[in-house]
Amino acid sequence: MTLVVQVENKPGVLNRVASLFRRRGFNIESLTVGHTEKPGVSRMTIVLDTDEPGALRIEANLYKLVHVQRVENVTATPSVFRDLAMIKVAATPETRAEIMQLAHVFRARIVDVNSESLVIETTGAEDKIDGLVEILRGYGILEMARTGRVAMTRGPRAEASTNASGQDDSLEDESVSYSV
Amino acid sequence: MKKSGGEIIWECLKREGVKHIFGYPGGAILPAYDALCKYPEIHHVLVRHEQGAAHMADGYARAGGGVGVAIATSGPGATNLVTGIATAMMDSSPIVCITGQVGSKLIGYDAFQETDITGITLPITKHNYLVTRAEDLAPAMREAFWLAKSGRPGPVLIDVTKDAQQASCEFDWDAAEPGHRNRCLAASSTTPQYGDALELINHAKRPVILAGHGILLSGAMGEVCAFAERAQAPVAMTLLGIGSFPASHPLNLGMMGMHGEAWVNTAIQEADLLLAFGMRFDDRVTGNLRTYAPMAKKIHIEIDPAEINKNVKIDVALIGDLREVLRELLPRVDAGNREAWLSRIQELKGDSAVRDIQNLPDDGHLYAAHVVNDLWRETSGDAVVVTDVGQHQMWEAQYYKHDKPRTLITSGGLGTMGFALPAAIGAKFAQPDAEVWVVAGDGGFQMTMAELATISQEKLEIKVAIINNGFLGMVRQWQEFFYERRYKATPLYSPDFVKLAEAFDLRGVAVRRRAEVVPAIREAREHRGTYVINFCVEQEDSVFPMVPAGADLHAMIRRPSPLVETAQDL
Repeated sequence: MTLVVQVENKPGVLNRVASLFRRRGFNIESLTVGHTEKPGVSRMTIVLDTDEPGALRIEANLYKLVHVQRVENVTATPSVFRDLAMIKVAATPETRAEIMQLAHVFRARIVDVNSESLVIETTGAEDKIDGLVEILRGYGILEMARTGRVAMTRGPRAEASTNASGQDDSLEDESVSYSV
Repeated sequence: MKKSGGEIIWECLKREGVKHIFGYPGGAILPAYDALCKYPEIHHVLVRHEQGAAHMADGYARAGGGVGVAIATSGPGATNLVTGIATAMMDSSPIVCITGQVGSKLIGYDAFQETDITGITLPITKHNYLVTRAEDLAPAMREAFWLAKSGRPGPVLIDVTKDAQQASCEFDWDAAEPGHRNRCLAASSTTPQYGDALELINHAKRPVILAGHGILLSGAMGEVCAFAERAQAPVAMTLLGIGSFPASHPLNLGMMGMHGEAWVNTAIQEADLLLAFGMRFDDRVTGNLRTYAPMAKKIHIEIDPAEINKNVKIDVALIGDLREVLRELLPRVDAGNREAWLSRIQELKGDSAVRDIQNLPDDGHLYAAHVVNDLWRETSGDAVVVTDVGQHQMWEAQYYKHDKPRTLITSGGLGTMGFALPAAIGAKFAQPDAEVWVVAGDGGFQMTMAELATISQEKLEIKVAIINNGFLGMVRQWQEFFYERRYKATPLYSPDFVKLAEAFDLRGVAVRRRAEVVPAIREAREHRGTYVINFCVEQEDSVFPMVPAGADLHAMIRRPSPLVETAQDL
C-alpha cells in the first residue's frame, strides 16, 4: 500500500506519524518526507505492507493526529511512483566502460568517477532500480543509498481518488464529521 | 493587556469555566503556582500523588460532563500523571494536564527534573504541546480544551517551560481562538447510509442494542430510550455504558461481556441484528470474535471512524455524533412488535435468577454481592458510585442498578487499580450535592489510599466501602480457574482500615456479618463527613458468570450450584 499524507510541518510531526504506525502494529517499508507547494505543509509518502482493511484502519487513525491534513491511498490510483538511488560500484579501468554502458541502458547517470569506483545515480520505479542493482551486483556494490518511494497521482487533481463525493476541496468544510 | 505566562494559564482556565484544579507544585511549575495567588476564584486541590490528580480530573470530567484539569511539575511530577492520562485516553475522558518543564535553554541537556513528557505521553493523549514561549500559551490552552471535548473526547497535555511561564506577553483571548482543523475523511466512510440501516432495523426480528459510553458522552440517553421503545429492542450495556439506559426499564438486559449475565450474552449470540451505539467491541465484550453474534447483522453508530471494522466486521456504519444520528433515524424507525424475541429473553433469564447469589439464604457468610445490593437499596440507587478495578467492580456492575447517567464512574478500558478514591474526589467536586460512594477492593484501595489526606484537607464527604477479601481477588479468581489454585502473590495483608481512617481524622467501621451491613451503611450515610466501611467478605468468592478470555461469548462458566463453600469451610 502507498499512502500520501499531507501534514502540518510542526516539530515532532514525523515522530507522531511514525509512532502511530508502530503502536498500531503496522510495518513501514519506506517513508519519505519533504516540502510541498504549500508553505508549512510537508508531504509524506509511506509504503507499508498491509491489506485493504488495514489501510482503511491506518487512514482513519492518521486523521486522528491533529497535524495530519489529508491522507490518500494511491495504491490503486493511476500514479507515478519514483525512487532515487545512488549506487557506488567497484570499477577498475577494465570494467569501467562496461558499467557505464549498463548505466546508460538504464538511463542512469554517472555522478562520480574514481580510479576504483563509480557512483551511479538513478531515478525510477523501484523495479527498474532493483534491476539495475541486480546487474551491478556482479561488479561489487560498495555502497548504496535509496530514498524510498515518492508518489503522485496522474492528472490535474491530486485528491480525486479518495473523495468521490466531491468533497475534495473540503479542507475547510465544517460539515464533515470528524474525530480527532 | 500584558500578562506573564503563568498568569495566562489561569486566565485561560478561568475563561474556560474551570473552578477546581487538582495538582502538586514543584520547581518547574512554580511561576504558574505563584501567579495562582492572583486567581482566588480557582480552587486548587493539593493531591498526595500526581496520579491522584489525573484521576481526580478524570472523575471530575466523568461526573460533571466538563473538562477536568490536573497540574504537575516537570520530571517525576509529569511522569506520575501518566497512568491517569492513559486511563482517560482509554475511556475517552476529557482532561487537560498542564506540566511544568525545565527552561527552554536546558531542554535536551538532562537538566534536573527534566523529562520528555510530550514524547512519553504521545501515544496516550489526543494531542500534546510543548510550549516554550509565553505567546504560544493561550492558543495552545484554547486548542487543548477544544480538542479534549471535541469528537471523541480524551486527554490533552500542555508542557510549559519555566521561562515561558516567567516571560510576559500581550494576552488576547479572542485572537487565541483555535482555527478550524483540516479534516476530510474518505467519502465512503462519511456518507451516512441511513437507508441501509433502516432496512436492517425495520426487518430485524431479534435486535439487541449495545449501549456504550458514547451515549453518555453524546448526551443521547433520551434518544436511545425512544429508539429502544419504538423498535422494541432490548438494551445490553457495556461496563461504561451503565447508566446510559435505566436499569429499571423493562427493555434493559444488563451488562454484556466477560462478566455479563448469561441471558445478556446468550441474547447477543442469538440476535439477528446488533445496534452498537457508541461502543467499540472491546475484547472483554465480544470474547472470541470468530463466534461472536454469528447470525447478526451489525450496525455501528460511532463518532470515531477508526473504530469501524476494527474488531468486528460491520454491515452498516453511521459515523457521527450518536444523538444526531439517532435523531435522523428515529422518525423512520417502524414501531416494532417483537413479543416473541422479548419472551425468549424472559425465558433465558429464568435459569439465571435461580443461580443468583442474592437468592441464597443468610448462612453466616458475607458475600460482596450482598454488600453491593444492600448499598443499592439503602441509597435508592441514587448515589454516584466510583469503583476501583477487580471483582468488586464487576459485582457493582451486576448488583447496583443504575437508572441515571454518570452515576457509575469506573476505569473500564485500562482497568486502573487505585482509580476509585481519587476519581471519587474529583466526582465530589463536580457534583458537590451528590452522595458519592467509593467501592474498592483491599488491593486497589491501598494503591492510592494516601488521598484520604486530600479528603481530610478538603473536608470532603465521601463514603468508602472497601470490599476486603484478603486477596487480589480477580487475579486469585483467574488462578483458581486457570492456574489450579496456585495463589502466588495474591494473598494480601491490609492495615486496619478503621484505624487508618481514624489516623486521617475520619470515621470508620468494620463489618463481618450480613446483618451488620445495612446498619453500617445507614451509620455512614448519617455521618456528616467521610466514612470508611471495611467489609470483610468471603475470601474465595468468584464473579459469575465468566467468559474466559478469548472464549466464545456463550461459553460461560456459571455459578456452581449448589454453591461451593470456600476454603475456610472445608
